[in-house]
Amino acid sequence: MIITPNQARWGTALLGATTLTSPAMAGSISVEVPRLSVAEYHRPYVAIWIAAADGSQTRTLDVWYDAKHRGEPGTKWLSDLRAWWREEGRNMATIPVGLSGPTRAPGKYVIPLPKDLKAGAYVLKVEAARETGGRELVSVPVTIAPKGAKGGAAQGKGELGAVSVTLP
Amino acid sequence: MRKIALGLMATAAVLALPQTASAHRQWLLPTATTLSGDDPWVDVDAAVSNDLFYPDHFPLQLAQVKVTQPDGSEGKLEHGITGRHRSTFDVHLTQEGTWRIGTASSNIMGSFKVDGVEKRVGRRPGPPAGAFGPNGGPAGGAPAGMPPRGEGRPEGQPPAGGFGGPNGGPNGGPAMETVSIDAIPANATDIKLTESISRNDIFVTRGKPTTNLFTPTGKGLEFVPVTHPDDLVAGQPAKFRFLIDGKPAAGLKLEIIPGGKRYRDAEDGFTATTDAQGVATINWKGAGMYWFTTSASDKNPSDKRATDRRMSYTATVEVQAL
Repeated sequence: MIITPNQARWGTALLGATTLTSPAMAGSISVEVPRLSVAEYHRPYVAIWIAAADGSQTRTLDVWYDAKHRGEPGTKWLSDLRAWWREEGRNMATIPVGLSGPTRAPGKYVIPLPKDLKAGAYVLKVEAARETGGRELVSVPVTIAPKGAKGGAAQGKGELGAVSVTLP
Repeated sequence: MRKIALGLMATAAVLALPQTASAHRQWLLPTATTLSGDDPWVDVDAAVSNDLFYPDHFPLQLAQVKVTQPDGSEGKLEHGITGRHRSTFDVHLTQEGTWRIGTASSNIMGSFKVDGVEKRVGRRPGPPAGAFGPNGGPAGGAPAGMPPRGEGRPEGQPPAGGFGGPNGGPNGGPAMETVSIDAIPANATDIKLTESISRNDIFVTRGKPTTNLFTPTGKGLEFVPVTHPDDLVAGQPAKFRFLIDGKPAAGLKLEIIPGGKRYRDAEDGFTATTDAQGVATINWKGAGMYWFTTSASDKNPSDKRATDRRMSYTATVEVQAL
């Protein structure tokens, strides 16, 4: 796993990349990029991150963006993911390759929930921004606990479809 | 802007938005539209971009901009500069009344075949070399970044390849020879020529609004406001009339987009359609700057060498708070 400056900052706190108990083992996140019938479609930029419920800590899980946009870095539009940019993006010197990927076509995508989340209350956040389109943020409260762990689901209205967190 | 249908979702929220071919928009944005005092100036930003009014793509070329004084004579554009993403200039409002500042273009584009080889006619002019300043942006060639394309391609932008990605590759195909309309040989076949006429205006008023510049000429698509464009107020519907060759343009769809998308989740554009008298009634969604555009096509080109005519009219207007 690539340790970002952010992750280093978290230390051994709630979101820290430590190897203690792993109640979230095999948890997964599902994100749907909806198919849109529009005259001019571009794949959305999407950020997926998790925050402590009190907002004290955040951790980026995945960013889908156009790293090579016709020869220019597509980082120009990362700040359009405005909530993620405030909480995470602007604190990153670069977007780690291990925490990012190309933009995705419409469809349903599953990414693993980190196994090292400590017990506690979290909010999974998924934000999408599309060139010539709109912007949307979908949040799903998540509880990590040895017993009584709780995932959840939420439905986007425009730029995102179903977002869910499944825990074992 | 467009209709968004969320095919995959059972609980799909359908946002009804106006339709457009390409979202690269050419705009002029005045610092004010209603001015008082003895010596008012208006300062204008001009650019081509997706979102209104954020210059992040291309500057508008100042050579295209014309200033018309309230009496109809040509006015002066001053202190013009062209930056990486926008051009700016000032206009000294030396006359009382309503001024028009904007671009107008007319050209003929199309294709023909000669000896089985297809050739293009009337490629739109690219920006002059060095137009993008010291940052060394592209000049005349296909711009890097986010090139305009398709029908909505603004004036002054060269045709360019499309985006990569799901919409497919370049739209230009293999390079075709481009010739001027006067160079079409006598043995040409499959001649398809479209006359394209467009305007993009702002109106600024020193003192009392005047209507001298709205006298129709009877040619092409014309904006003949019933409600003066410098007398728009939130909560008060505006009536804008459009004529084609002097006759009411009925059924014309206006796409109206408020500025400031960055502070919302969606563009929040909407449409209005002209009635039998060519009048569209617009219900503003609050005070602010709005950009609107409309277009029409027919088979009555003013240049008889063309078979088709495409006309568009675009303007930026300010809606004042009540």
